Amino acid sequence: MNMSNIWFIMKRELSGYFATPVAYVFIISFLLLTGFSTFFVGNFFERGEADLYPFFSIHPWIYVLLIPAISMRLWSEERKSGSIELLMTLPVSVFEAVLGKFFAAWLFTGLALFLNFPLWITVNYLGSPDNGVIITGFLGSFLMAGGFLAIGACVSATTKNQVIAFVLSLIVSLIFVLSGYGIVLDFFSSWAPKVLVDAISSFSFLTHFDAISKGVIDLRDMFYFASVIFVWLFANAIVVNARKAD
Amino acid sequence: MTLRIEIDNLAKHFGEIKAVDGVSFSVNKGEVLGFLGPNGAGKSTTMKMVTGFLTPTSGTVRVCGHDVLEDPISVKANLGYLPEGAPAYADMTPDGFLRFIADVRGLSGAAKQYAVEHAAERAQIKHVMFQPIETLSKGYKRRVGLAQAILHNPPVLILDEPTDGLDPNQKHEVRTLINEMSHDKAIIISTHILEEVHALCHRNVLIANGKLKFDGTPNELEAMSRYHNAVCVAVANVDNDKVLSFLKSLAYIASVEELSGTRGFRVYPQQGKQITAELSQSIRDNNWDISSLHAENGRLDEVFRTITMGSNK
Repeated sequence: MNMSNIWFIMKRELSGYFATPVAYVFIISFLLLTGFSTFFVGNFFERGEADLYPFFSIHPWIYVLLIPAISMRLWSEERKSGSIELLMTLPVSVFEAVLGKFFAAWLFTGLALFLNFPLWITVNYLGSPDNGVIITGFLGSFLMAGGFLAIGACVSATTKNQVIAFVLSLIVSLIFVLSGYGIVLDFFSSWAPKVLVDAISSFSFLTHFDAISKGVIDLRDMFYFASVIFVWLFANAIVVNARKAD
Repeated sequence: MTLRIEIDNLAKHFGEIKAVDGVSFSVNKGEVLGFLGPNGAGKSTTMKMVTGFLTPTSGTVRVCGHDVLEDPISVKANLGYLPEGAPAYADMTPDGFLRFIADVRGLSGAAKQYAVEHAAERAQIKHVMFQPIETLSKGYKRRVGLAQAILHNPPVLILDEPTDGLDPNQKHEVRTLINEMSHDKAIIISTHILEEVHALCHRNVLIANGKLKFDGTPNELEAMSRYHNAVCVAVANVDNDKVLSFLKSLAYIASVEELSGTRGFRVYPQQGKQITAELSQSIRDNNWDISSLHAENGRLDEVFRTITMGSNK
């Protein structure tokens, strides 16, 4: 594994976001959506509590909608324009390319997440929150974004069409979130054995993110997101290898 | 002679379709190999296997001694490749694009700066270096692709239709560039523009339906033409029938064809021999005036058609 190749590919990819309006459209939509839902859906003020729980709890749903918009172009655009032939005949391994592209998208999402810092200032101005909890919340949200991105990157490699990549990533992401959602679990728990219900729930981003966003750092949750990222990126490399020339 | 590219019994099957079917040839340092064949013959597929983009169904490819399956990174490091259609990152500028390629090729600092400037100069794209690639014309995009391929001064160049879609001036420039680089590199160019066979290539390989049909010099390729060493001759002030019967009577002439208008005759020699001098002497022995006389080398388009159409049957 050549680290500098990963770095160069990441750099190129990242500058690509800012060469087009994609980056600005994404960041503004992300900030509008998080802001809107924190104050109006999460009732930030009415709750009267100095924390960012309403802000973080909405993240899985915002990511389901917005992350596929970032990940859809990662590979399908390369395949459509034929530049994948160029990339894959440079002295770069598939996994280096997969990681470079993934890190670019992850770093970009991290930037969008970071730009929510005024909210953190606000809550510190209004009260005295537990800042440790808020930091783990950001960390958990960032990890979860990585999971969504890895799913989206892999899906994007399966098609040349960005719209298809978007819709498929959205559906797969939704499955990973919904499997921990109350209504879905209630549906299963009425007839399925508890082991199965727990298994389904343990696959959900929601279950693992909830604990982190409340300030509980459990290594199992960290390990969960890390392995989701790894497994999907591994699949991504396999798909790129298999479909690059189609 | 240094062997730079060795292709042995290479095959690629897509399901039932044999896109490339047991092709073997090699390219030496200092050689420009023209890779000919009709569209869909398997030229691009072969090149994609040589560059490590496609995995062969069977057979081996070695570039500068490295096997493409065992050590693809070394193969790719020794290659410059212009894929068909010269794909690039459309939203980048040629400057940013070439710098990215230089980074990945392991160039940095002054070496990187020199490589980018030198490649841009040779490909003649210096004045468009800061315009997004998507806004460039087809000819410039092709040259950006070419600059990318030659950037790291690789020992082996693989160029898939480098002059496709260029105007005659641009074609000339690209050919000049390839000729300049040919002495210390091994170059494969694919083309279906037959004039490039003489303008560029030291050797030709012709494939059709995935199979190798010819491997030899441009002159050898021409010699396969039925027009090879045929002579067009016109005689002034003599009745056509008289000339025709005289030409037919000559022992070294296999057949005679009357050309339309007053352009005279095309005579085909026995066993493809050179007969220009003999013929000229025979006509003058009759005290006839020759108004024009020229020998043909052979017609590549006719050879191309014969070889590639014959394989469809």
